[in-house]
This record gives sequence, C-alpha cells and structure tokens, in this order.
Amino acid sequence: MKSPAARATALLLALAVMPSTAHADALTSQTEQQAANWPAIVLFALFVVATLVITRRAAQRVRNASDFYTAGGGITGFQNGLAIAGDYMSAASFLGISAQIFADGYDGLIYSTGFLVGWPILLFLMAERLRNLGSYTFADVASYRFAQPPVRLFAAFSTLAVVLFYLIAQMVGAGQLIKLLFGLPYEAAVVIVGALMVSYVLFGGMLATTWVQIIKAVLLLGCASFMAFAVLWNFGFSPEALFGRAVDVKTGLAAASGSAADEARSSGLSIMAPGGFIKDPISAISFGMALMFGTAGLPHILMRFFTVPNAREARKSVLWATGWIGYFYILTFIIGFGAITLVATEPSFLTGSGELRGGSNMAAIHLASAIGGDILLGIVSAVAFATILAVVAGLTLSGASAVSHDIYASVLKKGTSAPGRELKVSRATVPVLAAIAIGLGIAFEKQNVAFMVSLAFALAASGNFPVLLMSIRWKGCTTRGAVAGGVVGVTLALVLTILSPPIWVTTLGHAAPLFDFSSPTLFSMPLAFLTIWLVSITDRSARAEIDRAGFADQNLRAETGIGSAHASAH
Amino acid sequence: MNSNREDAGPMTEADGQTPSFAERQGLTADPRFLAITRRRARFAWTLTAAMVAIFFGYILLVAFRPDLLARPIGSGVTSIGIPFGIGVIISGVVLTGIYVRRANELFDPAIDALRREYGE
Repeated sequence: MKSPAARATALLLALAVMPSTAHADALTSQTEQQAANWPAIVLFALFVVATLVITRRAAQRVRNASDFYTAGGGITGFQNGLAIAGDYMSAASFLGISAQIFADGYDGLIYSTGFLVGWPILLFLMAERLRNLGSYTFADVASYRFAQPPVRLFAAFSTLAVVLFYLIAQMVGAGQLIKLLFGLPYEAAVVIVGALMVSYVLFGGMLATTWVQIIKAVLLLGCASFMAFAVLWNFGFSPEALFGRAVDVKTGLAAASGSAADEARSSGLSIMAPGGFIKDPISAISFGMALMFGTAGLPHILMRFFTVPNAREARKSVLWATGWIGYFYILTFIIGFGAITLVATEPSFLTGSGELRGGSNMAAIHLASAIGGDILLGIVSAVAFATILAVVAGLTLSGASAVSHDIYASVLKKGTSAPGRELKVSRATVPVLAAIAIGLGIAFEKQNVAFMVSLAFALAASGNFPVLLMSIRWKGCTTRGAVAGGVVGVTLALVLTILSPPIWVTTLGHAAPLFDFSSPTLFSMPLAFLTIWLVSITDRSARAEIDRAGFADQNLRAETGIGSAHASAH
Repeated sequence: MNSNREDAGPMTEADGQTPSFAERQGLTADPRFLAITRRRARFAWTLTAAMVAIFFGYILLVAFRPDLLARPIGSGVTSIGIPFGIGVIISGVVLTGIYVRRANELFDPAIDALRREYGE
C-alpha cells in the first residue's frame, strides 16, 4: 500500500502546491465575494452538463406516475444505498460538521454519531414494512388501513413543513457557498440552484434524481477520502500525531490571544473532549432524540424505499447507506482536524481578526486549497455544490409527491383521478415549490443553517415518526389517534421552537426565552406517542372498528410482501 | 422496468387485493408464521434497544461525565472519547449488518417457504 499510492499522492500534492501561491494572492483581497474560481466553474459546469444529459435520457423513460415518483421501482439495493447516502450527506454535513470540528474539535463527532444512529432504527423498525406497504409516499403506509383524507392531509402538510425547512437550509448554504467560490451574488446563486433542481425533477423525475444522487455520493466520498488520506499522509498515518499537532495549534492560538501558558494548554486540549455541544443534559438528550428518530421520519428519505423492487433490496440499501454514511463521518472527523492543523495556521485563509474567510462553514473548502491548491479547491467546491443540488432535488420530488399523490389524487379526487392527471399535478407543483424555496432562501439569507436542519429533524421525529411507527406496529391505532398524535407532536415541536432562544430572543427580540433547550423533541415526541395511544384506546367510533380490523391484512402484507406494489414486475 | 403499469394510483391497486386477504390465506393463523414473525419482531426490537442504549449511553456520558471522555489514552493527547464516538458509528453499521444477515439467512427463507406452501 505504501509506495505507489504514497508516491502518487506526493506527485499530486507537488503539482498542486504550485498554483496555491497565486491563490493566496487572490484571497488577500478584502471583498467578501471572491473572484471567479475557474477550475471550480469548469468542473461544476461539467457536472451540470453530465447530469442534464442523464436527465434527458431519464425523461424519455418517464411515462407514468410510477416512473416519476419511484423510477418504476427498478433501482437495485446497492444503487439505492448510494443514492440514500447522496440524499442524506448534505452540504450541512460536509461543510457544517467539518467546520464544527475546526472550531470546537470533539463536538463535531457527537453530531456525526447522532446523524448515523437513525439508520439502524429505520431498518429494524420500518424499512421492509415501508417497502411492502407503500407505493410512492410514506403517507401510503401511514394511511394504509385508515380513513384516507385525514391521515393523508396530516402526512402531506407535515411532509411540506419538513421539506421546506430542509430546503431553506440547503438554499442558504448553496447561496453562501457559491458567493464565496464562484464570485456570484447570493441571489443569483440561489436562483441557479432552484432552476437546476426544477430541470432535474420536472423532466427526469426519480430516475434522474437517483442518478444525480449516486454521482454526487461517489464524487463526495471520493473527494473526502482523498482529503482525509492526504491529511493522514502528512502525519505518517498516525492519528495521535494529527491530534497532537491540532492541540498544539489551538494552544498556540490561545497563547497568542493572551492566555497564560497552562490556561492555553487546557484550551488546546479542550478539542479532545466534549465542550460547548452540551448546554445542559436535557438539551443533549432532546437533540439526540431528534437526530436518532428524525431520520426515520424524513419524507424524502422514506420515499427512496419505494424505488427498489422488494423488501430484501430495501434492507440491502440501508446497509450500504449506513456503511457509506458512517465512513463519510469518520472522514469528516479527520478533515476537520486536518483543517485545524493546515488552515488555522495559514494567514491567507483568515481575515484580520482571525476568522475564516467566507464564513465559518468554509473550513473544508480552505483545507482543499491547502492540500491541493486551486485544482482540489475547484473539485471540492464543485462537489459541495453538486451535493446541494442532489439533496434539493430529492426534497423537491418528495414535496411535489405529497401535493399530487396525497392531497390531489387521494384526498381531492378520492383515488379516482384520470391516468396521467396526477403526474401533471406533480410536475406543475415542482416549479411552485422551487419558487417558494428560492424566495425563502433569499429571505432567510442570514438564518443559521444548522438551526433549520435541526428543526426539520425535530418535526420529523415528533410527527411522521410516531404516526408511521404506531400505524405499522400497533393494532389498536385508529385514524383519530394517528391524526391527533401527529398534529399534537408537530404543533408542540413548532411552538416550543418559536419559544426557544433563536426565534423568541434573537428574531422576536424578547428578553428571555420561554423554552430554553436546544430541541423540543424530548417533550414533543413522547407526547405524540401518548396522544396516539390515549385517543386510539378511547376511540369508540365506527371508523375505529374498521381501522383495528384492517390490521391483520396490513400486517400480512407488511410481513410477507404479498400484494405489494411492483411485486409483479420482477 | 414495469413502465406499462397503469397510472391508476397505488391504493386502488392495494385495495383490490386486501378484502378478506388474510382469511383467504390461512397463513396468518399458521403457528409457524406466527412463530417466525414474532421471532423477527423480537430480534428487531432487541437490536433497536441495543442501538438506543449505545447512543444514549454515549450521550449521557457526554452530558454528565465529559471528564471521563476527556481522559487521554496512555501518554498521548488522544482522548478516550474518540474511540467511544467512532465506536458508536461503527456499532450502528455493525448492528445493521447483523440484522441484514439474520434476515437473509433465517427470516426470508422461512417466510418464502411458507408463502410457497400456501400457493402465493
């Protein structure tokens, strides 16, 4: 392993160091908006052209709603695993977590564990049943034996809420990234992302979206692997040497800002231990619950399980996805520490006051430049942008299907819409969603991306997750119970978030927050379960009888796949 | 793949098959079916409990005993918290693998055999 790989890296690094001096000059200009980065623009243009070609080819194969929503159910478990990883590893993960590690060290790892542990839960409790019971949206599963309109309406609105918060976070991230890298104004960047996402989803449906996600996952994993490899190579593949150097750098920075020697040392060592992540134990547990159970309630992720032909492939796709995502978070950890050693010490990456140029989220981007000069900077920037596109495409498709499949076809038309109409509604929804996302993305330019993402997870864990779990696992669950519990969970999560510091104090200007924890999930999720249970057991309506009686059929199909959609196609 | 499938909406397709589906099968009442599905459910809940215990055990450690995680391993700077955190990630992947393996080797063949017996 040592010689050829190491030599190749050394060569690449040697080649890459040359342009980096020129780059340093470019970065010394004081403007926030950077000069155009040509390698990034060329590489990104290549990605866009390649994905648009795929979209065009996919468009010729999209003939009906099944093709549009789920790529006809013909994606393999391995492909779907990569696509799920591509759908899930957002720019917030790549840029945000490496930035968190760059700033606070160890705390970033706590986030990573939270983002990973939802996957096993999703597999153990839901993935196979989801595939066996549903067709296009998770509402198919949640409403399987219930009265359609109320459950579907809840699921559709909850989907739209989660999708919108998640979309805003991605849009804001995209805008800031492009502003820094491509020298484009923020608004133009957001509009470009919106336009590309519309073309993928509108013309290519799930097939194009899947391939955009797969390509992005491969590029992102490849890039992150190379960066982590280069960082470790710098330290003779000794993590201890990497951490030791990072601690020295942080100690040096603390000493430079006037701390006494032992004080500086303990400040340096603090990156090896949990720190600011934990405001208080309640916040830690609550936020952990949002991450762990929210994953199993994200509509755009749940939708991916309908693209595979059967439960076996659904299972396989979770294993692949979990493996890739876990590997990616370990790489991110190395990249974050690499950034401490290579970026924090390099004045050309910093502003006069010692902050990162382009904002705190740019640690991984500057590291790319430190390792591989303009070329790697261009590649990583293009990949980060591609990452955002793949995630927004998945989100948009999920939002559009909630409107067309759940609200239009199932609630308004009671399942009797003419063939092709549902697909038309879905396509018409895509530009509308994009316009809303662009508008909100511009309006929320200053909003904290991590806050929006954690809110999306909290809503998913408090609404979608309890409703879905109880409907597929508990015989006694009724229409009224599911809807009441879901509404209570989502509403409480929203209200508590509004009363928490980021909104109540920062945005609304009140003196003190009424709810002072980082996540509402510890309260909203159990209350949702409790409400579902309480309302269901006290439900004496005629509908409740039908709901309970329907469980045997639902369970047979959930356990065996008998009668499941697409089952005849293979 | 199945592009000639009618764009009829999934629920109609499902509803067409569900009435008296269970009664027709006899499968739901078969003790072997009940045993295997119960076993699968118990296995799934056990693994869920294991994952929840590992993750929240870690989070509680982070919340209440950060000093334990901050302890260096040996004489270096690398803290105990690092293998713990990475260990949580790896345990998630490993538990997922355990479930997939058990499902492939035990649950799927057992249920497929029952399905064949009942002519599905």
